[in-house]
Amino acid sequence: MTSASSPVATGDIPLPPNAVAARGSSYLDGGMTLRSWLLTHDHKRIAILYTLSITAFFFIGGAAATLIRLELATPMGDVVSAETYNKLFTMHGVIMVWFFLIPSIPSTLGNFLLPLMIGARDLAFPRLNLASWYLYVGGALFTIAAMLLGGVDTGWTFYAPFSTMFSNTHVIYVLAGVFVVGFSSILTGINFIVTVHKMRAPGLTWFRLPLFVWAQYATSAILVLATPVLAMTLVLLAVERLFGIGIFDPNLGGDPLLFQHLFWFYSHPAVYVMVLPAMGVVSELVACFSRNPIFGYKAMAYAILAIAVIGFLVWGHHMFVSGQSMYAGVVFSMLSFLVAIPSAIKVFNWTATLWHGRIVYSAPMLYALGFVGLFTIGGMTGLFLAALALDVHLTDTYFVIAHFHYIMVGGSVSAYLGGIHFWWPKITGRMYSDRWARFAAILLFVGFNFTFFPQYLLGMAGMPRRYHEYPPEFQTLNVLSSAGAVILALGYLLPLFYLTWSLLRGPRATANPWKATGLEWQTSSPPPEHNFDTVPVVDSPPYAYRPGVISPAVVQAREGTG
Amino acid sequence: MSAFGLPEQASSIAVRVDHLFYAVTLVTGVTALGVLIAMIFFGIRYREGSKARRAEDVPAAQARARRRVEVAWTLIPLLLFISAFVWASRIYVERATPPADAIEIFVVAKQWMWKLQHPGGQREIEELHIPRGQPVKLVMTSQDVIHSFFVPAFRLKQDVLPGAYTQMWFTATKVGRYHLFCAEYCGTDHSRMGGDIVVMEPADFQRWLVEHRGAVDMAARGESLFREFGCSGCHGQNASVHAPNLAGLFGRPVPLSDGRTVVADERYIHDSILLPRQEIAAGYAPIMPSFAGQIGEDDILALIEYIKSLAPEKERPR
Repeated sequence: MTSASSPVATGDIPLPPNAVAARGSSYLDGGMTLRSWLLTHDHKRIAILYTLSITAFFFIGGAAATLIRLELATPMGDVVSAETYNKLFTMHGVIMVWFFLIPSIPSTLGNFLLPLMIGARDLAFPRLNLASWYLYVGGALFTIAAMLLGGVDTGWTFYAPFSTMFSNTHVIYVLAGVFVVGFSSILTGINFIVTVHKMRAPGLTWFRLPLFVWAQYATSAILVLATPVLAMTLVLLAVERLFGIGIFDPNLGGDPLLFQHLFWFYSHPAVYVMVLPAMGVVSELVACFSRNPIFGYKAMAYAILAIAVIGFLVWGHHMFVSGQSMYAGVVFSMLSFLVAIPSAIKVFNWTATLWHGRIVYSAPMLYALGFVGLFTIGGMTGLFLAALALDVHLTDTYFVIAHFHYIMVGGSVSAYLGGIHFWWPKITGRMYSDRWARFAAILLFVGFNFTFFPQYLLGMAGMPRRYHEYPPEFQTLNVLSSAGAVILALGYLLPLFYLTWSLLRGPRATANPWKATGLEWQTSSPPPEHNFDTVPVVDSPPYAYRPGVISPAVVQAREGTG
Repeated sequence: MSAFGLPEQASSIAVRVDHLFYAVTLVTGVTALGVLIAMIFFGIRYREGSKARRAEDVPAAQARARRRVEVAWTLIPLLLFISAFVWASRIYVERATPPADAIEIFVVAKQWMWKLQHPGGQREIEELHIPRGQPVKLVMTSQDVIHSFFVPAFRLKQDVLPGAYTQMWFTATKVGRYHLFCAEYCGTDHSRMGGDIVVMEPADFQRWLVEHRGAVDMAARGESLFREFGCSGCHGQNASVHAPNLAGLFGRPVPLSDGRTVVADERYIHDSILLPRQEIAAGYAPIMPSFAGQIGEDDILALIEYIKSLAPEKERPR
């Protein structure tokens, strides 16, 4: 059992000489002044800025969710008014989607690790990277302004013509906020793509890249291709709302389904922006703590690309009952089943990676296994929604709510936390209490299922989403869900305490406390500002957890790339 | 009372949807269970420090077996997915094709209520009475934002759009009172925009229709609206203005001035009243004023019923 106090690892992974270099050259030694942070070009410091920002938004969005679950404990609207309730779920959605989930893994772990994993000194465009964060903050300010002025009640989906001609709330501010934060995504995406193409260390061929890098790369491609469509769509909404130019409202000669097509053309790929990086993180974790090369490495890399590509072709499955053509429904259903194949392959491959491993149950591994379980349930319930006749009954009910929370919260947030725990020693140079972290991981898994599984049953029974009040027969399941949310909330608060303790009092981390492969573990913890004292040279495939034992994936990788 | 599992089955399609639901639940459940069992088994057997045989001891000849496993777990799900896709799509296509003999009922949604009209002139709010065992087709539109007509006991849902007609149809199979929900978020009182579907024995339904008969049926109401809004001034029999004759128009192809031809269905008539400049019948001047903002959606439906009721006259020279 790896624990906080275990001695320096000198196991089967030989450490390069600079790994145990004397402390004192870390990126954190550049100073703690506000100026040293706000004007930094160091990808590692920018990652920290992002981490602090999205954590703040996670807890704001979480507070809205808490009030929602409180309100839904009884059938009557007795905690907040209908208007306030609608504003709460809108803010919960807007904040969690655009200010937490989309930037979560790419902007924090991705920003910190991408250059380290490919042996680079920084991202390709360090100033652009800082500009991305400032755009994020700019978007955040608009959104906070909308909240302070009284909120928005359109739902995070902004369906027209409600959002353009009927809502009396501060829609424009939120549109502006999301518009601006979208450019932050685009710039990060461009930066990552160029970095992966141009800055890999000598010998680091495409099929020697860790799957985390593959996932970041595919995610960046989605961000760059899809986000501009969102930006356009938001501008069109604003034009109709501000100037009454008919685009979506039929009373002005517009078409409301046009909005849905444009919105989901972005927002469905955006789901993969949230989940692909999570898959990347989990691949690293499962391989490391099984002490085994990832099963079917190439299949995993191709699956990532397949998901990214097919993900662009399935948006119409959000519209099976919207009034779009029946034939469109049939085609989108077929494509949606297709996108499930690479996801299924990934689940099978993670499971098979455990086979013949030497599994260590440290906290990051518990988060990763939790991800695989919850993602499996979330993915499989996605098949119900891809099946046309079932979707007709289930869409716009709590079944959908449960489904996407299993993917995005059970899946992506578990992976994000797993990643934070895994790379925490690298980022901060400190260890945390593995015992507390394992406890939090289990608490989150239990609390999550307790909160969201009842919502599948509510949806099956026919409870629509976005309901402030509901018929009394749905109360039992709602009470269960709200009770689970209490456990879930405790699970999310817990890491704040033991990780803060770790920052202040935690034992110093070695360069490679988990005995992991990957270039990021070959430099000191925390890394120096320039990442590596000497540019690393790569001569082996990733996940070489068994020196001397060559798995078929490794053979493939060697044959394929020389 | 509490709700677990799927709600009551009260429409002909519900049984078939539920069979599919249980089949998909079975297949995904077994797969998920398989993954779970494999994870637990590997997790215990290959925990650090256990004595199980590891990769070091396994001959490299297993590479081919591994490849076969990978192909199998790609192709088997693919076949299962195709089956589920075909099964679900067949029900969906049926749902989109109402039988010709269905009773038509007209639905107008507005923030935050459902207004329903029967062809006989019976009008209801937030409650819809229908007979058991007879196909019913709803022709629906919205007066403001998007709503969605959702009856869980029927396993059916259809969005209701402003500026367009959507339809859904069903055959109720069980007498009773069932929830009607609005399933598309539509503003402040979205969660209160509900009602009841009341399924009655056909004889009881006939009695209900008689008891609630309005002064006039929909077409007759449409006829008086036709005069009230001044439509008859141009489209009437004795009008001197050169305007299309509406008798026998419904369902017929109409050549447009831009060369296209459209069928004069509910949508065409609706749009011709609200957006008359959009599709001008060939041979006529674009002189009709728009009635947007002056006429409610339920009145437009009555006008359509009236136009439908106009029998084609003898061909007369134009």
